[in-house]
Amino acid sequence: MAKAKNLYIIIIGCGRLGSFLANKLSDEGNSVVVIDINSRSFDALAPDQFSGFKVEGDATELATLKQAKLDKADVFIGATHDENVNIMAAQIAKNTFDVPKVLVRILDPSKESFCLATGIECICATIIAAEKIMTLLKEK
Amino acid sequence: MNTLIIGGGKIVYFLARAFFSKGYNVTIINRKREECSWLARRLKATVVFGNATDPQILKEAQTSSMDAVLAVTPNDEDNLVICQLVKLNFGIQRTLALVNDPDNEKVFQQLGITTAFSTTHIISSIIEQRTALEEIVGLFSVAEGKVNITEVILPNESPVLNKSLMEIELPENSLIACILRDNTPIIPRGTTKLYVLDRLILITIPENHGQVLKFLTGSTV
Repeated sequence: MAKAKNLYIIIIGCGRLGSFLANKLSDEGNSVVVIDINSRSFDALAPDQFSGFKVEGDATELATLKQAKLDKADVFIGATHDENVNIMAAQIAKNTFDVPKVLVRILDPSKESFCLATGIECICATIIAAEKIMTLLKEK
Repeated sequence: MNTLIIGGGKIVYFLARAFFSKGYNVTIINRKREECSWLARRLKATVVFGNATDPQILKEAQTSSMDAVLAVTPNDEDNLVICQLVKLNFGIQRTLALVNDPDNEKVFQQLGITTAFSTTHIISSIIEQRTALEEIVGLFSVAEGKVNITEVILPNESPVLNKSLMEIELPENSLIACILRDNTPIIPRGTTKLYVLDRLILITIPENHGQVLKFLTGSTV
């Protein structure tokens, strides 16, 4: 991420991935909004790193996304544990709110081509882990 | 016609029964094992146990041979992904999705779902329009709610009484399709006059519905 520009980033899901990204990106000086359906998930945000906003709500509800000012966002990251929620919210971000950069984390490798077909950039955690393991195995 | 329904509960059971009575073939995908066996015992449908947002499960359910796919789970995100998956991966053109959050209805249509319907929206608009005027005896929406068909009785205070259709200036995008007078249907022409207690079958769009009713009955909605 270019340091020069302060980005407005919306992250849905404040689990391991979401909170990790929120802490890091906020610490780097970006404006970060985290959305999670359960307010207790926000406990994972580190007070010394995270200085953004928290929105408690369902990311598949248009009202929640509007509350987070999705129309102003530069980046949208789908990081909930439910990949369908990530895929749906990402498409809303891209098509309804014209967010320039939309990234989602998925787990099921068979959904990768589907995500590409709907026009969203996806990161399949399973494929990445598997490839890393395969590379390490071949090294030995 | 081959139909695939994804979801559970009474809605799927009765939908499947309604489809059977029309002679359709029905396949159901449900993610609860007990519910699958319950459905399989009561219906002559093919029941597939599994997560319908998994392309492999959709393949098992012979999705590519379907004429229509209905996603009616309680989760909007699953309904959307199912409909998009069957369209993109299996080439199914007719997809119907239940939308739980009424705000998502438009979003779904933008994202390529043929028909997205929200029960909240349907029920609230029926209640709104029914209670708005007591002269309205029936109302239903067609074409995904874009067109209303209403039956309305002309009251004493109606400003259009004893006028011909040519004389009144009915708001744009509306039509008096039929007049029922003494139980005889009349398909009106420009010279047909309107009388008190005429029952009109009206075609309107949601945007001008209230305006047209006010125009014909004189009461404010």
